[in-house]
Amino acid sequence: MSTGLENGLEVSEDDLETLIGDRALDREDHVNAPGFVVRPDQVQEVLTDLRDEAGFDHLSCLTAQQYENRYESIYHLKKYADPTQEVSVVVPTAVDEPVSQSAAPVFRTADWHEREAYDLVGIEYDDHPDLRRILLPDTWQGHPLSLEYDQEQPQVVTLSEHENPVQPDHHDTESDTMFLNIGPHHPATHGVLHVKAVLDGETVVDVDPDIGYLHRCEEQMCQSGTYRHQIMPYPDRWDYVSAGLLNEWAYARAAEDLADIEVPEYAQVIRTMSAELCRIAAHMLALGTFALDVFGDFTAVFQYAFRDREVVQDILEDLTGQRLMFNYFRLGGVAWDLPEPREEFFEKTREFLDDLPAKAEEYHNLITANEIFQVRCVDTGILEPEVAKQYGCTGPVARGSGVDYDLRRDDPYGYYPELEWNVVTEDGMDNYSRVLVRMQEVKESAKIIEQCIDVLEEWPEDDREIQANVPRTLKPDADTEVYRAVEAAKGELGIYMRADGTDTPARFKIRSPCFHNLSTLAEMAQGEYIPDLIASLGSLDIVLGEVDR
Amino acid sequence: MSNEPRQKTYETAAPSTDTRDARMGEGMDDRFNSKLREAFGASPFILTKFDEFMNWVRGSSMFMLQFGIACCSIEMIHTYAIKHDLDRFGAGVPRASPRQADVIIVPGTIVSKFGPRMKRVYDQMPEPKFVVGMGSCTISGGPFQEGYNVVKGAEEIIPVDIHVPGCPPRPEALVYGVAKLQERIKNGESSPVVVKPYELEEFGDLPRDELVQQLADRIDEEDLVMRYNWADSP
Ligand code: SF4
Repeated sequence: MSTGLENGLEVSEDDLETLIGDRALDREDHVNAPGFVVRPDQVQEVLTDLRDEAGFDHLSCLTAQQYENRYESIYHLKKYADPTQEVSVVVPTAVDEPVSQSAAPVFRTADWHEREAYDLVGIEYDDHPDLRRILLPDTWQGHPLSLEYDQEQPQVVTLSEHENPVQPDHHDTESDTMFLNIGPHHPATHGVLHVKAVLDGETVVDVDPDIGYLHRCEEQMCQSGTYRHQIMPYPDRWDYVSAGLLNEWAYARAAEDLADIEVPEYAQVIRTMSAELCRIAAHMLALGTFALDVFGDFTAVFQYAFRDREVVQDILEDLTGQRLMFNYFRLGGVAWDLPEPREEFFEKTREFLDDLPAKAEEYHNLITANEIFQVRCVDTGILEPEVAKQYGCTGPVARGSGVDYDLRRDDPYGYYPELEWNVVTEDGMDNYSRVLVRMQEVKESAKIIEQCIDVLEEWPEDDREIQANVPRTLKPDADTEVYRAVEAAKGELGIYMRADGTDTPARFKIRSPCFHNLSTLAEMAQGEYIPDLIASLGSLDIVLGEVDR
Repeated sequence: MSNEPRQKTYETAAPSTDTRDARMGEGMDDRFNSKLREAFGASPFILTKFDEFMNWVRGSSMFMLQFGIACCSIEMIHTYAIKHDLDRFGAGVPRASPRQADVIIVPGTIVSKFGPRMKRVYDQMPEPKFVVGMGSCTISGGPFQEGYNVVKGAEEIIPVDIHVPGCPPRPEALVYGVAKLQERIKNGESSPVVVKPYELEEFGDLPRDELVQQLADRIDEEDLVMRYNWADSP
């Protein structure tokens, strides 16, 4: 049955109440969205209805947490057509028997999310296709984010050989399958990712990304830091390829909504400008390493990309004092004003922007017009838009599949609504399109930066307020919960926070775009050749710091 | 093809002494003339110990392992790349295989799942091998020291020769660290191992305590494991 609502039309809270009906045990509203409490055995039903009848086709995040008297899984739903429409489905389960129905049959992306919730918090999901640990080693004891976990207890981790998982049911007299480990230490995995692949000849039969080799407890760290100062350095280390300010913005936006802080407009302009500089640096790295992956170009393209990154990093260092881990945003603004003399800073930045078109042309000639590159990328790693949505893909990966979704425009924040720029999409759905999207986004970012500089130059000197007045110790009201996202370099980077009246969050959950994007790898690579698997992995542009958190 | 003797070829391949003589001036002994000769005086021989010579060679041509872990690896790539160009210091040839490398730069946070893998990679490198720890994470766990899953420094797993502090260290700092390592190698120094590193051992060899009992039916006796005693970590 269609109600015409799937086009992103506004669904009122009353409609939702009627739709969920008496399956809602209770209401539990969050700062960002209405929340409905449902029974653990009705999860699939409710989510299916919300998706099919009300158009909530984007399972943005799943947060799991433990209270004194219960466990809780929160499904944060949004619409691809209009991400400002949100709803939370809250599923409490008993402490002695934390079992809840799995959402994986409704949203594919719930598969990995529920494995993570099981791994870290200890909730079990009925009807889940493959419930095992995802981030921690298989032999780990206990669930580290549950309340009774003892961090001092010893652990044993194995270095085991892997077996061919399809061997038992793949008996073909003509061919033979071969198991291939890629990583965790391998130049093509962009960090410490382990891909278990099974090949039939050169064709990929089965892929299983094994993650967690860089799981450095980011959520735990944030849960033990104070809102005002101690959390901000960590976002820099999620997506660490110079995308730091974009990540800091995710935390800043969520915390500002949680504590109800207004950011002065001048600070918003600086934030917008510096964040887009970060996006350029991040996309340059993606471009350089991708060229390295698909045609082994460690010389020209790779070095050019790094040359340009050096320029951006110089500008950012002038502004923030650091090349990579900026720690520049503050709740309610930024740490300090632009460096003096301002003209010099503007000039330097403009110079970089002026050089950019010629450089972009050069990249086009070297990369996208290169025949080898095209052979390797056009029509390989196909990701259909519907599949992308099922897996919760966002950012350049989704936009390369024609999903027109960009939070800077669709869920506006910062100074973006005042500026002229475009959201780039491509319809090719392949590795080539994803690269094209990134290259064009660099140009769009340059446009944004240019306009920001114009605005900053004109800004009256006596009105340069860089920070709102925020109390030294911030203690948001107990039991306020918020889930907010921004458009980071890789896509939708969301933060869920629950306050408990103290100066540290009771639960801090990171929704990482790379985590979702990586989960599509099997879809893209199965049935293709092994070199295409490497190209697809490169085109997803994952950063393990953000995948594993 | 003609049957002429290839006189021309001989001529061109012969050492062209003319220019050299012109440069040297007259009356010099042309067999042993060199900068070295100037340095060492009249004797045309250099006396050195073989191991000193080898140390000099090792320090002057280091093959680095291409090994990226976390945020620090981005700055490490910048150190190899344009502008900082580590190759200027005879240390810029990243090798993809540990079997061809003599230096491993550990650029990032080591977590429990990666520990055994890193040990394995280190073990695969041929002797003599050297380790540069890059960033606070390899010193103590850095900003993540209190994490439930984070190994408190690379030295808990492999011996480290040079620590480069910073989060992340700037490329200049890494270059300095590598230069310091070269200096030490040339002087034939090696680092004492200060902590007892975690080892890879067979599961069957672990003492049978409560945890091992629990895992007994899930891990084979011969499987290699690493046991983390978090309570003993610094
Ligand atoms: S020392 Fe800092 S920059 Fe380096 S890996 Fe650790 S957290 Fe990242």
